[in-house]
Amino acid sequence: MFLQQLINGLTLGSIYALIALGYTMVYGILEFINFAHGEIYMVGAYLGLAMMYILNNTFLSHNPLLLISLTFLFSMLAIAGLGVIIEKVAYKPLRNTGRLVPLITALGISIFLQNAVMIIAGSEKKSYPQLFPSGGFNIGDARITYLQIFIIIGSILLMLLLNIFIKNTKLGKAMRATAQDRRTASLMGINVDKIISTTFFIGSALGAAAGIMVGMYYREVNFYMGYLSGIKAFTAAVLGGIGNIPGAMFGGIILGVLESVGTGIISAEYKDIFAFTILILVLIFKPSGLFGKT
Amino acid sequence: MKKYGQKVKIIVVLAAVFIFPLLTNSYWTHIATLAGVYIILSLGLNIILGFCGILMLGYAALYGIGAYFAALASTNLHLSFWLTLPISFLATLFFSVLAGAPAIRLKGDYLAIVTLGFGEIIRLLFNNLDVVTNGPKGIRGIAHPEFFSFKFSSPTHFYYLVLFFVLAIAFFVYKLKKSKIGKAWFAIKEDEIAAQSCGIDTTYMKFLAFAIGGGIAGIAGCFYAHWIGFISPESFTFYESVLIVSMVVLGGMGNIKGCIISAIILSLLPEVLRGFQSYRMLIFGALLVLIMIFKPEGLILKKK
Repeated sequence: MFLQQLINGLTLGSIYALIALGYTMVYGILEFINFAHGEIYMVGAYLGLAMMYILNNTFLSHNPLLLISLTFLFSMLAIAGLGVIIEKVAYKPLRNTGRLVPLITALGISIFLQNAVMIIAGSEKKSYPQLFPSGGFNIGDARITYLQIFIIIGSILLMLLLNIFIKNTKLGKAMRATAQDRRTASLMGINVDKIISTTFFIGSALGAAAGIMVGMYYREVNFYMGYLSGIKAFTAAVLGGIGNIPGAMFGGIILGVLESVGTGIISAEYKDIFAFTILILVLIFKPSGLFGKT
Repeated sequence: MKKYGQKVKIIVVLAAVFIFPLLTNSYWTHIATLAGVYIILSLGLNIILGFCGILMLGYAALYGIGAYFAALASTNLHLSFWLTLPISFLATLFFSVLAGAPAIRLKGDYLAIVTLGFGEIIRLLFNNLDVVTNGPKGIRGIAHPEFFSFKFSSPTHFYYLVLFFVLAIAFFVYKLKKSKIGKAWFAIKEDEIAAQSCGIDTTYMKFLAFAIGGGIAGIAGCFYAHWIGFISPESFTFYESVLIVSMVVLGGMGNIKGCIISAIILSLLPEVLRGFQSYRMLIFGALLVLIMIFKPEGLILKKK
């Protein structure tokens, strides 16, 4: 029983971690909570669904793994573009207006995206096609499906790539410098606007990946799914120390496991309350997060 | 001469407000009453956010607590509106201070998130504590208010009742703003450390803002419950909180007149946009973004 919850929690947690990265990276550079990020993830889930249906009507339907890979690739690129556009249009003009104004703007964006998806795709739930091979392994009493393995390994892979990018490339180095001190970084010749766009690009792409994974995992998506997942992912980011990239990864996994195990112990109805209580407790007693701010 | 003109303006506006139900139908009177509820809410949040500068993102939960206490006291104990009113007020005041206790130690975004978490926990409790709150089905059969033998029942009655509360609370908040307490709040908003070094007990003052601002949400909630007669968790979501925050920000953060005007605009907007049907929330979101980009200091300019 416990092992099963651990496996489920790990799956859920790696998805939270992917979303949390988007929050933490933006916060690290702009010190701004991008409330619309949950909606980015939701739009990603819908776009992934549309892609799957479109690709499934081509010759690709015989090769589900290639189809799924292409779905991820296309959707992540498109959503990354959406993230960059939103930043340019809505956030960039507000960069020096304090904290409140961009926050409300982000909420406006999220109302907009939610309703746009509702109008385009309809207000009822949409179900994902079963394309991924079903089946799995048994570990004692517990069972881990191939899909769970795919989600866990896939997100770890994405996070590793991100880490390599930030640690080893020139752009990644510039990103870290901008996060430390935006003004000084710009004085050193770093194009801060470009770095911010890159941040939104990567964060949104990861969010889209998380959205598709959730769609494949629960087999259904709805237009309001972004809000709660967004807040939970934000909790994960805070848990790991906001602005801290490895922290967000661990924060996501810890939250996923805690939630899953907590659901087993308490009850499913209270699992969201559980997540919010963790959020408040962490903010009060350890506002720098478990792994500290960067 | 200028002062004279101002007085005339106030009298004209007040007169228009008083005869409003005579000029329109019951549908618009109903909408105007709803706008009145939002004016009360935005006046209350204006104390916490506009005067004191604390970004409270869980205000709708306080509104909900007021409504639920009124509903429970009315349906279970059969108390009248005039008794549930102080109960709602005190209960909400208490919960507001409770929400403020952890929040006060924090700053900026973290504080906002703690209040958001508080709001969500309360809403989830409304939803899940079925024994007390009847879960998502909500509570129905809340009695209409009475005044001696007079029963409030038509939209016009409720319009004048909410108008009474709006005027009373607006007057109270106006006096509060001019008082020493109000000046202390504005000092905290401008610069907390400077305020502290001027001898202002900032912790106490912030608690006071939570208490009074929260209590006002309780009044709005109590009125709402007795007016509509039915409440459910859906009325007290995060988006409701966002809407009220937007009213205060668009009103120019701390500007009472601005806050009233923007509360009216924002609560009428969905009605005006009703012709656009499902596009109305889409337009609302886009308008919010556009206003923030082009008028970040609020729709109503602050007077110096």
